[in-house]
Amino acid sequence: MNPFDYLQADNASNAVKLASAAAAGKYLGGGTNLVDLMRETVERPDTLVDVTDLSRRIEARPDGSVMIGAAVKNTALAADRTVRRNFPLLSRAILAGASGQIRNMATVGGNILQRTRCTYFYDEASRCNKRDPGRGCDAIDGFNRYHAILGASPSCVATHPSDMCVALAALDAIVHLEGPEGVRMLKLVDLHRLPGGRPDIETELRPHELITDVELPALSFAARSTYRKVRDRASYAFALVSVAAALDLGDDGNVKDVRVALGGVAHKPWRALKMEAALRGRAATEVNFRAAAEGELSDAAGLRDNAFNRTRQADDRCRPR
Amino acid sequence: MHCTINGNRTEMVIDPRTSLLDFLRDHLGLTGTKKGCNQGACGACTVLVDGERINACLAFAVQYQGRSITTVEGLSRGGALHPLQQAFIKHDGFQCGYCTPGQLCSAIAMANEIERGIPSFVTKNLSTETALLDHDELRERMSGNLCRCGAYNGIVEAISETFAKEPA
Repeated sequence: MNPFDYLQADNASNAVKLASAAAAGKYLGGGTNLVDLMRETVERPDTLVDVTDLSRRIEARPDGSVMIGAAVKNTALAADRTVRRNFPLLSRAILAGASGQIRNMATVGGNILQRTRCTYFYDEASRCNKRDPGRGCDAIDGFNRYHAILGASPSCVATHPSDMCVALAALDAIVHLEGPEGVRMLKLVDLHRLPGGRPDIETELRPHELITDVELPALSFAARSTYRKVRDRASYAFALVSVAAALDLGDDGNVKDVRVALGGVAHKPWRALKMEAALRGRAATEVNFRAAAEGELSDAAGLRDNAFNRTRQADDRCRPR
Repeated sequence: MHCTINGNRTEMVIDPRTSLLDFLRDHLGLTGTKKGCNQGACGACTVLVDGERINACLAFAVQYQGRSITTVEGLSRGGALHPLQQAFIKHDGFQCGYCTPGQLCSAIAMANEIERGIPSFVTKNLSTETALLDHDELRERMSGNLCRCGAYNGIVEAISETFAKEPA
């Protein structure tokens, strides 16, 4: 691991100043991914600005929206009473990820900005366009059971590993940012990029922009929502595929409104807009759910080890519970 | 710069690269906490920070100045083993023992999480105030601690006997 200066920030503006002043400054949250990446020398910051003392507030507002400080720990967000009652898909998504120990360390901001767990990305002996742009990709023809079936490119087939972000994508969460040029907001679904020809550029963040808060807009039917995850063991494993879904069902048995996002299938949390459009106004039947899922996956492309994900996705979504 | 370790105020004179795990083992000689995978996958390095369990291998020690850290060396009271340590002996909750310090710290914090009503992935009703420590809950909540010997049955029995209202 390369040497670095460790600095602490007590507010967002100060954090941005400290990180901007360094040649290669990075923000440090719980460290559950960054420490590992630094140990593997994939990340080589010369300065770490500790932002775990920034906002840890979860504020439920009268209009039904919720503001979540970026330094809120994953455990605290999953256990929050308002989130459990009004946004259970978010609570369940967080609890589906990592272990009790890691959820106690990891922050909301850090969870959003964690990097892919593609093993070729971590292995300095492998080719990886994300780590070393232009060098090639050893995952495309390698072990790619955990790799993308949607939105991938010839440069990169890595997936975004977060469970929490899948729920945030379904909820139209808004990410609040502060950077050297001021504050702005981005929708979570617009924050992460598809790989294209530059898989090393993973987000739309500008240099030294810091996530300060995550806002959940009010969504009345989010109380009827959940998160399902398929993985290679019963607990403590990344998703082969996951689904965050919320359903607004009319008295006539038709879908009034629906939100669906998929995890483990793309370079970013995948909001299933085609599937949502296909379901609105239609009867909530297995046939319709299956057809909508197949429509969403019409562009899906499997690799050697992950083509099963396409059928697993459709089957899981449609199975009566 | 200092922190409190097993009740003792401890100076921290360290390179920022030092993990909390290496600080405990190499700088303080507290070798009870074990280094297994050193990448947050096995849980052998689990310690308590202000009562909450974390992986010491993924923590830069400098981030924990001013905090109160408990390791396996701090679990006994007045020379008597913690009840969970006694239960591990009774139920053969180990073979080689390498994962045991992490299992012990993790389980103690897990029991506290149950008391505080923190749900888990297998909690059926998220709106319930109290979480139960039944068989499925226990195994899910301890999934961050691996045992390569496969002593899980004894580990579950020991934790269950110590903390569960009913056998898991």
